Amino acid sequence: MRVQRNSYYTVEAEEPGLSVDLDLLLPLIEKYKSKKGNMIPLLQGTQNLYGFIPKDAFKLISENTGLNISDMYGVATFYAQFRLKPVGKIIIKICHGTACHVQNANMISDSIEEALQVKDGETTKDGLFTLESVACLGCCSLAPVMMIAGESYGKLTGKSAVQVIKEIKIRES
Amino acid sequence: MEPSKVIVGLGSCGIAAGGNKVYEKIKSLKETDNLGFILDKTSCVGMCYREPLVEVVDDAGSWLYGDVDEKKAIEIISQHLGLNSPIKEYLVKSDLFETGDESFFKGQVKIALRDCGYINPERIEEYEARSGYQALKKIRTEQLSQETIIQTILDSGLRGRGGGGFSTGLKWRFAHNSQSDSKFVICNADEGDPGAFMDRSVLEGDPHAVIEGMIIAAYAIGANGGVIYCRAEYPLAIHRLNIALKQARESGYLGENIAGIPGFNLDITVKEGAGAFVCGEETALMASIEGKRGMPAKRPPFPAVKGLWGKPTNINNVETFANVPWIINNGAASYAQYGTEKSKGTKVFALTGKIAHGGLVEVPMGITIRDIIYKLGGGIQNNKRFKAVQLGGPSGGCIPEHLIDTPIDYDSVTATGAIMGSGGMVVMDETTCMVDMARFFLDFTQKESCGKCTFCRIGTKRMLEILTRICDGKGVAGDIETLEELAYQIKDSSLCGLGQTAPNPVLTTIRYFRDEYEAHIRDKKCPAKNCKQLLTYEVIAENCTGCMVCAKNCSVDAISGIRKEVHLIDQARCIKCGVCLSKCKFEAILVY
Repeated sequence: MRVQRNSYYTVEAEEPGLSVDLDLLLPLIEKYKSKKGNMIPLLQGTQNLYGFIPKDAFKLISENTGLNISDMYGVATFYAQFRLKPVGKIIIKICHGTACHVQNANMISDSIEEALQVKDGETTKDGLFTLESVACLGCCSLAPVMMIAGESYGKLTGKSAVQVIKEIKIRES
Repeated sequence: MEPSKVIVGLGSCGIAAGGNKVYEKIKSLKETDNLGFILDKTSCVGMCYREPLVEVVDDAGSWLYGDVDEKKAIEIISQHLGLNSPIKEYLVKSDLFETGDESFFKGQVKIALRDCGYINPERIEEYEARSGYQALKKIRTEQLSQETIIQTILDSGLRGRGGGGFSTGLKWRFAHNSQSDSKFVICNADEGDPGAFMDRSVLEGDPHAVIEGMIIAAYAIGANGGVIYCRAEYPLAIHRLNIALKQARESGYLGENIAGIPGFNLDITVKEGAGAFVCGEETALMASIEGKRGMPAKRPPFPAVKGLWGKPTNINNVETFANVPWIINNGAASYAQYGTEKSKGTKVFALTGKIAHGGLVEVPMGITIRDIIYKLGGGIQNNKRFKAVQLGGPSGGCIPEHLIDTPIDYDSVTATGAIMGSGGMVVMDETTCMVDMARFFLDFTQKESCGKCTFCRIGTKRMLEILTRICDGKGVAGDIETLEELAYQIKDSSLCGLGQTAPNPVLTTIRYFRDEYEAHIRDKKCPAKNCKQLLTYEVIAENCTGCMVCAKNCSVDAISGIRKEVHLIDQARCIKCGVCLSKCKFEAILVY
């Protein structure tokens, strides 16, 4: 769960040039079209396809299913899972559960924010990293923890966290 | 002679600690040398502080190795399995030797966690071999009526393990008494408390126990639809649940005329949550399943009368369901023998924070906090001083040192101002600032408030502002009183449990640690040396040897100085993370 809610993003804030292939959505719409309670699975499926929910996807889903755009937008901004903006190639999830907080997770966030020059929820200029605070990754005994591409890094210090990210950056470039 | 077994613990925590690498290493060793042992996986046995864990089962018994990495795995395979000589120094639990970690298991009674760490959760046969689905079969063979089942659960004294503590038997009776053509049974697996992972471990380690519990509940209340609402953040749990559901369908435990009981039809599906803490509240959870914003609704009507899709619905938590098959198999009295007069049975706790032996423990109700922390948990990390324990997550409160002998049962915990909650138990030592803890939880509930009730939506925001101000050294006289006033207003004017309990962390910390609030407000000092704005780090010139360790570890390069000369901290750059203090071996860093 993302601690930082994304409700302050507006669909209008989407930058141009983010056109996506909407045809990919059609099988998904077909699958859920006539099912009860289909809105959340539709949005989850859309996000799985594109990494976020594009503005045009709302329209297309609405036209094909009869779901109200305002209801969908309401749901998409209510739940922490949904993003209305594209994300970086790699998402850095820093755990801010209670156990990690007690073990000074803020220090990890501060160091990484400083190293990457982004704030929580933002993407680096090169589009490589997105920084996210999450509430509990469930590895409390390894606190403080961060998760990058499904891999957990535990018992971190500010220095070792930044080191991990530097190594990934070198690997990716 | 049976072949030996090598079992790797692959719950989420085991995987995070590197369990998969160990599993792959052992697999490749087995394949290259064509070794005769059986390699298998299981889930969390609860000993998180020793992950990754590898168990060897041979003719002599069971040997559990802890902190296993690839190198140790090679040694275990070559020495223990190859030469039949167990490596004592890596052992954490064994049938034949005393190890230093035995205390973690002493005093535990495993009912909800009875199979966790003992079976491969992806194989139904292993669950069946440990009395799995026996309770369901018993319904048919002993012709147990719906009323008998409900009465058994009622007699067992089982109360909702999600935190509410409402009698499970009564809940079932209400749903049973509602007349309708269709009814639902829902499993609440939206474990949102930060610092709690009991339900995740049960779902990952023993998904069939939860499913069997749901099937029995469905039979008792007459439900024909079932939903498990699980957090999307638990991908492994969802994966294993889906495998288990498929196997249950194939074995005839789900579908039509289940287990040969005529007319008993049920299917269960998994619904992924989308990340909203408030969806742990039952009416919000149902709204979310229906695809809406997860906002709580007014009760009555209660879900037992009008729930999912307007039909009577029974919602229980994961751990509650996991207890049910055991109770039906062993009888209400066996369950009720554990615990206290009003809180029967056992409870699972996730023991985390500044505890030496963190992990998952299941203990009889009535055990004291002291016994959990010092006997099972091995005391406080680095021999620091115990300060408080946080129970119940963002809805709970902090229990201070002078109440450490409080027995764990619903009523005693509530009397301290905390709540039992779902079982998160975060231990804090002298370095944890209680004002900051209160701020942390308020920050969480403020963000997670759905916004329906004004006091919860705006009140928590105002409380957070005040707490942030206090932590930043800008607190003013009267802040504590304003916090208290707001707290009671929010509690009184919120519809659901989130708002009604959100002020608890603030109220309990004010009640037990008022002096810390006053130190922040009046003296602008943080006694735990935690609130950054109130701290200054400096090098003590006499002690500094110029070893450069602090400078090397500083993530913002705020420390300057050359080898063998006194270092200097640039106050403008310092982010006050405290790494220099923790790395300095010469006590040359001063914090004030």
